[in-house]
Amino acid sequence: MNYDLDFSQVNWDEFGKATAETLQMLGYSSLFTLILGLPLGVILFLWARSSSAGLRILYSILSVIVNILRSVPFIILIIALIPVTKEIVQTSIGVRGMIPPLVIGAAPFFARLVETSLREVDRGIIEAAQAMGASTWQIVYKVILRESLPGLIAGFTVTVIALISYTAMSGLVGGGGLGTLAVNYGYYRYETAVMLVAIVLIVVMVQLIQVIGDRLVIHFTRK
Amino acid sequence: MITIKNLVKTYTSGSKTTTALNGINLDIGKGEIFGIIGHSGAGKSTLIRCINMLEQPTSGSVWIGETDMTRLGKSQLQRQRRRIGMIFQHFNLLSSATVYDNIAFPLRLERMPRTEIDRKVKEMLELVGLTEHAKKYPAQLSGGQKQRVGIARALATDPNVLLCDEATSALDPQTTDSILRLLLDINRKLGLTIVLITHEMHVIQSICDKVAVIHGGIIAEQGPVIDVFLKPKEAITRDFINRESDTGEALNEAIRAPHPESSRTVKVTFIGDLTYQSIMSQTVKETGVEFAILQGTISRIKDTPYGQLVVRFEGPAESIERTLKRLVEQRLEVEELQ
Repeated sequence: MNYDLDFSQVNWDEFGKATAETLQMLGYSSLFTLILGLPLGVILFLWARSSSAGLRILYSILSVIVNILRSVPFIILIIALIPVTKEIVQTSIGVRGMIPPLVIGAAPFFARLVETSLREVDRGIIEAAQAMGASTWQIVYKVILRESLPGLIAGFTVTVIALISYTAMSGLVGGGGLGTLAVNYGYYRYETAVMLVAIVLIVVMVQLIQVIGDRLVIHFTRK
Repeated sequence: MITIKNLVKTYTSGSKTTTALNGINLDIGKGEIFGIIGHSGAGKSTLIRCINMLEQPTSGSVWIGETDMTRLGKSQLQRQRRRIGMIFQHFNLLSSATVYDNIAFPLRLERMPRTEIDRKVKEMLELVGLTEHAKKYPAQLSGGQKQRVGIARALATDPNVLLCDEATSALDPQTTDSILRLLLDINRKLGLTIVLITHEMHVIQSICDKVAVIHGGIIAEQGPVIDVFLKPKEAITRDFINRESDTGEALNEAIRAPHPESSRTVKVTFIGDLTYQSIMSQTVKETGVEFAILQGTISRIKDTPYGQLVVRFEGPAESIERTLKRLVEQRLEVEELQ
């Protein structure tokens, strides 16, 4: 590989477009991961400690599915999911084609983090809410989600950062965005400068999201 | 007000069954402060949790007024629980909510209108003396203040019953006393029935009207605090009382100490107004015997003063006999010790 840097090769317009694509993928996939992963996490949490044996069995099944989805390397997941992706968004490439695998890869991951956060909530507080006549639903959204908000935000931050690396990986299979740029120019055409710029942009994105996440966690922590 | 009949609670884990409560019967009157004392593992926590069905009893019934709590459906139970306040050893406040929001929490569960919630929360803040702390978070409060928030939250829905689960066990002695005074105050002001569990006789002695001693999942002894405290029948009860004063050994030593041949050692108990009268000195003046005080307590159980003296009377046998008779005639309780 040639490490002579020549930044004149860099096409900044293309970078602007790629960054926008990455952000688009990231935005949509984060949103859908949140929408799917949060309820999934709550369900895992509730079923695991349910007094009904049936629900506890359902928990075991769901738990295995979540583990399977989490154990498949993302690059393989994208390829394996192509038929499903086509069914959902009518394409398996580009920004649109990447969103389903991104969500399917990240939602179970986020759900586990949600489940772990919810378990951290003091049992005594839940008991107090029960004693006050709160319904299960009220306990979930007025007590458990509220009490674990800092943990949920931290978990979501980790998930979004994982999604950034997933979007970059999707460059290998025609996903678009900064990953594609880095692969096409940096790897196939030895334009190291392009790859470096892509890396820097991705690092900046990760840092930014981590900082925002940390700030929010501190803001919502009352202990 | 609360009637517990043949309450049994067993836990099964695998093939092993443990019995936490083994046939509990209790009658708790309206407006009473009823204490349940027991060591950890005696079943007291399970018992208080069976009252509002945080623990589902295995058999038996729990009546609150006209309602059998064990027969309620899910939503009926939720409605009933809103009429039963509960406070906890570790307070169990929402750490993410301010003092104000913690107290408003049970009212919001009932979807009370906002202005009414505001009025009620302010009333409760005043009752527990935390008005200026309304905007603080629990982490910024002391233990005693947290328990006051717990009490305000429990009382916000105007319950008829307040359950106290070791409510003062995590607090220092001064704070414990201030919380106990608050509970007593509330009991008198609102006519609230209070059920509390504790492992400290001191708590029972300060505010309870009646007490039940629980041991090994059964009630060993129960009755008015004054009777149980001054005339304990069971070893376990005596154990709790002695731990409070830590006097058993010292007394034995005092009794064994050298003393005249013609003497008798007795425990004399004064209850109520008699406590502060000069009955002893008048009596010995009359009968001419001498006495030594080996041990003594003069204190109060809730509002009732009492005194308990272990004394050795010395003198001619017939004079001592006459002394004891005179004391009994004057309504003191006299019990001879060996």
